[in-house]
Amino acid sequence: MNQRHTPVALALRGVSKCFDRPAVDALDLTVYGGEFYALVGPNGAGKTTTLRMVVGLLRPDAGSICIEGIDALSDPVAAKQVTAWLSDEPMIYDKLTPYEYLEFVAGLWRIEPTVAEARARELIGWLGLEPHAHERCEGFSKGMRQKVALAGALVHDPKLIILDEPLTGLDAGTARQVKNVLRERVRAGGTVIMTTHILEVAERMADRIGVIAGGRLIAEGTLEELHRQTGKAAASLEDTFLTLVADQVVAA
Amino acid sequence: MSQPASLTWLAGHEFRLGWRDWVALMTAGGRARARNAAIALIAFAAFMHVFAYWTVARFADANLASDAAALVGITGTLLLSLSLLLSQAMESVTRAFYARSDLDLILSSPASAPRVFAVRMGRIAAAAVAVAVLLASPFINVLAVLGGARWFAAYGVVAAMGTVATAAALALTIVLFRTIGAKRTRLIAQVVAAVIGAAFVIGLQIAAIFSAGSLSRYVALQSEWMLAHAPDTSSAFWWPARAVLGDYAALAAVVAFGIGTLALSIALFSRRFGEHAVAAAGVSSTIVRQRRWFLGFRRRSPSRALRQKEWTLLLRDPWLISQTLMQILYLLPPALLLWVTFQKSNDSYLVLIPVVVMAAGQLAGGLAWLSISGEDAPDLVATAPITARRILAAKIEAVIGMIALIFAPIVGVLVLDEVFAGFVCGLGILSAAAAATMIQLCFRVQARRSQFRRRQTSSRIATFAEAFSSIAWASTSALAAAGAWHALGPAVIAFGILGGVWLMRPSRF
Repeated sequence: MNQRHTPVALALRGVSKCFDRPAVDALDLTVYGGEFYALVGPNGAGKTTTLRMVVGLLRPDAGSICIEGIDALSDPVAAKQVTAWLSDEPMIYDKLTPYEYLEFVAGLWRIEPTVAEARARELIGWLGLEPHAHERCEGFSKGMRQKVALAGALVHDPKLIILDEPLTGLDAGTARQVKNVLRERVRAGGTVIMTTHILEVAERMADRIGVIAGGRLIAEGTLEELHRQTGKAAASLEDTFLTLVADQVVAA
Repeated sequence: MSQPASLTWLAGHEFRLGWRDWVALMTAGGRARARNAAIALIAFAAFMHVFAYWTVARFADANLASDAAALVGITGTLLLSLSLLLSQAMESVTRAFYARSDLDLILSSPASAPRVFAVRMGRIAAAAVAVAVLLASPFINVLAVLGGARWFAAYGVVAAMGTVATAAALALTIVLFRTIGAKRTRLIAQVVAAVIGAAFVIGLQIAAIFSAGSLSRYVALQSEWMLAHAPDTSSAFWWPARAVLGDYAALAAVVAFGIGTLALSIALFSRRFGEHAVAAAGVSSTIVRQRRWFLGFRRRSPSRALRQKEWTLLLRDPWLISQTLMQILYLLPPALLLWVTFQKSNDSYLVLIPVVVMAAGQLAGGLAWLSISGEDAPDLVATAPITARRILAAKIEAVIGMIALIFAPIVGVLVLDEVFAGFVCGLGILSAAAAATMIQLCFRVQARRSQFRRRQTSSRIATFAEAFSSIAWASTSALAAAGAWHALGPAVIAFGILGGVWLMRPSRF
């Protein structure tokens, strides 16, 4: 991907957030349109906090967040219109069916009913939810709930999709379906940012990988670029990741 | 120390779980709140003793054993309490069936499942007895202090009522399981519990309305018809009442009946309890199909989508339906009183208005908690392109809309009878509902709808403010409907409560 000619989908500048201790520390991050970006890091590194600030669930203490050219802090509604968020714990309404859930999401995002319905049917087909489309979600497994939540994230055709550990706890078949849907979105010009602890997924799917530790972006680039940073050209992402994080710990 | 997996060991385990559950319920999980909860409990107990002194002190020295009216009154009160205990016990039994909690552990362990479930049933009975004894204790204590130790016999009767209520609740729930299956039992049992809890009170009130045009249930109990048709004072029917009055032979019979009934139901149902609990645990993964024909997506604004979602979720939640139904059931007598008043054209609606306004405030508080705090997909709503203010507004509209829908018929009939009274009643309903909603808004927390049961312990300030606000608006409405300028007094108090809530609110707008 030629990034010089690609519009910026997400730009974070000096973003900080402190709870009892700094969770995110003056973070700069740029993700380009049409890019699949994986954010990896150890537990408590600040990945989820960063993403929750991007989607407006947390307000940063300092810094700026720009989504598709929109200042997300001064105009959050416009920024949310083009963004979708999917957390690791799929929160859906037990008493609604997948179709009703998608209709509700389409209403929140003001999507034309005919357009939303067509997209909903398409997503439900892609995700293999057709046999359950008119059943209440209360009896669904975690994988099925995750699929419904993913369909909800995509039904309003967001330009930027942000996912926090979307593959955790999914079986191989469901995980593949989710990955296929995400790849399809990137192919169609969408931008995907995903945190994951499954480094093979980041290795295979991401155009670029950001490594975050201690609330800071300690390394970023394609797999080859990360290998070069650690001087281990033939290493796996796991080795590279562990080296980078270990270096960060030593530096701290 | 008892042998692991023995009856006493299991009972100890159940007791510990029950105790911790109760403490968590009282303190909302916060250790720092334990002291405040203890102070509140002591204050409540003191208040209840004063209230008991005010209501029953005059009976302490009376010799009532051969007084038919007294026996009818005591038996009526016992039946009223039993219906409430039965309702509560059914609610506990249903919850025990459907809470998966440690079911996997129990059934996969080598411990005898019927024994475990027998202990669990015993725990439900113990909880019912504890609640009954605690609520009755101020009245019994006052009577015993003023009238002698014979009144302590009432404790035995109350405990027996707790065991009988639990036994009946177990039998009723098991019968429901066997006749309509695990899937439907949850809803039906909760509705039945709500109806049982309300039925006796409502029945007496309806009888009182037709006989004396009053909402007081005691009017019906003391009516000539009731006294004329009551069994002879030497009948065994009065044993519980006689036991309350200190007849030890009757007390022994009542206690033996209570223990025997519970023991029999545990012996009969402990094996079935396990089978049905397993069936109930599978209900969560059963399929509930909705709208076999799909009508297609409809055009909705975000606000309308939110309102529609709130109403849909409310209508599909069996527990919430049963709770709402119970509050609506309590409105039946006032509605009937209104109808009777309408026929006779007297001013009894002055009794009706505060009842309706109070009910509206309480119902709105529950609905507001569900709508504002009980959000199952908070991230979805918070990341939608709609301002937080608009989201809150839509949720408030959902609550007020539901209240308006429920209370509109009563206000409508009242307006037909007396325009001013109807107007005041409508305004009172809206004020009480708006105030309860604002209190919930100020003390909103992020929670799942399933945590509704614990909402009253999450903020005691909100709970008390909600209750006092409803009482203040009910008083304001009653006095205003009577044309009394004193209505300003409770109105000022109602606004004062809102002001206090605003100052003490933990969350900011």
